[in-house]
Amino acid sequence: MEQGPSGGSGPAAAAAGTGGLLLPLSETEQQRYSELFSRCCPPPEAAAGGSSVGELFRASQLPPDTLHQITEVCGAKRVGYFGPAQFYIALKLIAAAQSGFPVRIESIKNELPLPRFMALKNDTEVRYGTPAEFHGVKFQGPHGTLEKNSYKRADEGDKQEPKSPPMSPICSPPASPSTYQRIPLSYGYGKARSGLEQQHGAPYEVRHSTHQQDGPSSGNYGAKSALTCSTPNRSLSVEREQQDSNTQYSDDPWRITEEQRDYYINQFRSLQPDLNAFISGSVAKNFFTKSKLPIPELSHIWELSDVDCDGALTLPEFCAAFHLVVARKNGYQLPETLPETLLPEYLQAACLKPLRDCALFDSYSEPLPSTQQTRDFTRAEKSSAEEVPDNSALLQDGKKDDKQALKVSTTLKTIPKEFQHLSVKAAAQEPNALRARPRSRSYSSTSIEDAMKKGEEPPTPPPRPQKSHSRASSLDLNKIFQQNTQAVRSGWLPPPPPALPPRPSVSQEVVLAQPPSKPARRKLRTEAQGLETPELSPTINVTSSLPAVKPHLPVQKQSSKQKRAIQTAIRKNKEANAVLARLNSELQQQLKEVHKERIALETQLEQLRPVTVL
Amino acid sequence: MVLLPREQLCSRGAAAWGGALLGTEMVNQLWQQQCDSFCSQNYPLYIRSVPTENELKFHYTVHTSLDVVDEKISAMGKALVDQRELYLGLLYPTEDYKVYGYVTNSKVKFVMVVDSSNTALRDNEIRSMFRKLHNSYTDIMCNPFYNPGDRIHSRAFDTMVNSMMMQVC
Repeated sequence: MEQGPSGGSGPAAAAAGTGGLLLPLSETEQQRYSELFSRCCPPPEAAAGGSSVGELFRASQLPPDTLHQITEVCGAKRVGYFGPAQFYIALKLIAAAQSGFPVRIESIKNELPLPRFMALKNDTEVRYGTPAEFHGVKFQGPHGTLEKNSYKRADEGDKQEPKSPPMSPICSPPASPSTYQRIPLSYGYGKARSGLEQQHGAPYEVRHSTHQQDGPSSGNYGAKSALTCSTPNRSLSVEREQQDSNTQYSDDPWRITEEQRDYYINQFRSLQPDLNAFISGSVAKNFFTKSKLPIPELSHIWELSDVDCDGALTLPEFCAAFHLVVARKNGYQLPETLPETLLPEYLQAACLKPLRDCALFDSYSEPLPSTQQTRDFTRAEKSSAEEVPDNSALLQDGKKDDKQALKVSTTLKTIPKEFQHLSVKAAAQEPNALRARPRSRSYSSTSIEDAMKKGEEPPTPPPRPQKSHSRASSLDLNKIFQQNTQAVRSGWLPPPPPALPPRPSVSQEVVLAQPPSKPARRKLRTEAQGLETPELSPTINVTSSLPAVKPHLPVQKQSSKQKRAIQTAIRKNKEANAVLARLNSELQQQLKEVHKERIALETQLEQLRPVTVL
Repeated sequence: MVLLPREQLCSRGAAAWGGALLGTEMVNQLWQQQCDSFCSQNYPLYIRSVPTENELKFHYTVHTSLDVVDEKISAMGKALVDQRELYLGLLYPTEDYKVYGYVTNSKVKFVMVVDSSNTALRDNEIRSMFRKLHNSYTDIMCNPFYNPGDRIHSRAFDTMVNSMMMQVC
């Protein structure tokens, strides 16, 4: 690298370029700038290549309008190219902008840290002391087109063209920006689209400015993925999530991200308000036809996603179908068989998420970039910049692999372990709304329904065996049959009651559960409560089982109380059995009646049949 | 390859026939298979042949066998249709092959042509193959994007038929 000569010529050139403005460059700055310059401008050219400069600038993660301004200010726009002077000034301005200074010539007079570029090598700069003067952060009011262009929709990319015709240094951002968040927004689904766009507009802005100010290492993807989920829990896990999603982008395009899932679920709701019911074939057909994919492809998508071949789509099937449509619209070839991550069981486990705590499933990456290049490029950025926080047991497994792989392909990743964790977690969700992941492993690796049905299956491995899980099982059974209650949190079991009532009681229980010293007594008390208020009992006992699970020691000491608890659990089981039996007989009755009707209809049909000659 | 709608070949008027054909033939120690499906107006919904020699011959066979199917169905026409078995059994044997038929409740016909020298195929195997065909066909019908009467392009159906034919051969 020609640091010497270019370094020497730097300040002089800068002086010349800015019409007498001496650009003070410290030694490290000089070194760095000349390094960057020579990277962008392979000698013996005099000017930096426009595309590499553009890349570099984008790597600084400043908003495009800021970059635009920088190029203007540094004089590149005026002269039409990025000479060393302009380049150095631009770098200085980038540093200024990243430090929160307005993009002005005056800013560069201050002592500034080196500009940070995310893409290239590991640019972790050391911050120098903050300059004496501090101007408030001023961002250009979002020029809607520019800002959205690089971070959102491709269709607005063209609008940037007229603004920078002479600007070879700054190329227009790639036509299909590297954000796959855009994808749920970009097909012509009418109102839903505009609604969602509005929804996204604000968060994008907000997130963007926080990025600017905080300078976090996470990039676009992490930010955007945190956007649409509006549950309060989200904010708690935002940072972790940012990092997680950055590290977990996988090149598996068949994985549904949180944001996409939310979008799909909203769409499902628009077609069918009840999330547990089906979308009929004709409704789904009309809906997917709007995507303007050719009918054979839609037919194939349906084939893939309607796993049970019943002519209707459940929520996970719908999500899978929608995801395939999205993938196809973005240029992916449809697979021959349904990818594992789109299987209904997999999705079902995951779909419970949006109904509740989103944080657990932030491991989903966003798989659908529009172009391979931009995707790889931004991935290179992220991978170099991020650390992998292993915040949860769940995220460790498949995600590191994902981080490594950069190629875009539709190869299916078998992630059985992860799947197991996810379904385990889903199963854990039911009794375990408040608990964190570590316990989820203890649950059997079946879906919630299985866990419910199997009732007796021990949900927790740790010491206290029967008591907790028997209670849980009885609770589960109770839940099933309390049709008017909030029984099933997942909502997948038929009667889908609203899930609101349990939460207050759950929170109560959390409070009650706090003192770990007397878990047994708490259990008994809650059991007593449960007997009095059968409706709340499931939840109360569920949550009481949680604290019961956690503290290992105290429980074992109170065996007599345990016995009593076991007996009550037995009683409850018997009651549940009785209810089950009653239900069974009722259903049998109904079945018989339906049979009779069917026979009657068939005979009618036969009578009518001779009339038609077929 | 053009297959004429059934109405032109047969005088059955407004009859809505459909059929699927599976054919196997041993030619020079090579098993051949052919599969045809016909749509409800007796034009083919689905055609598949494994080694592609003599495909036309099979198609012709299938068409002619549709007559036999018609005959069989009308023979028990006065009887309650529900009592008619879906599986029609051996339609007619020729010197080279046997033809089996199957009709669904919606009058979609499946015709299977099996090489006579393939003695390994038992009747219940044929039945099970027809059952599989029928099931796959109903799965296709469940697809809202499939209009009854269209040609069948379903990859799942293709896969099933291929595997079935491979199994036989």
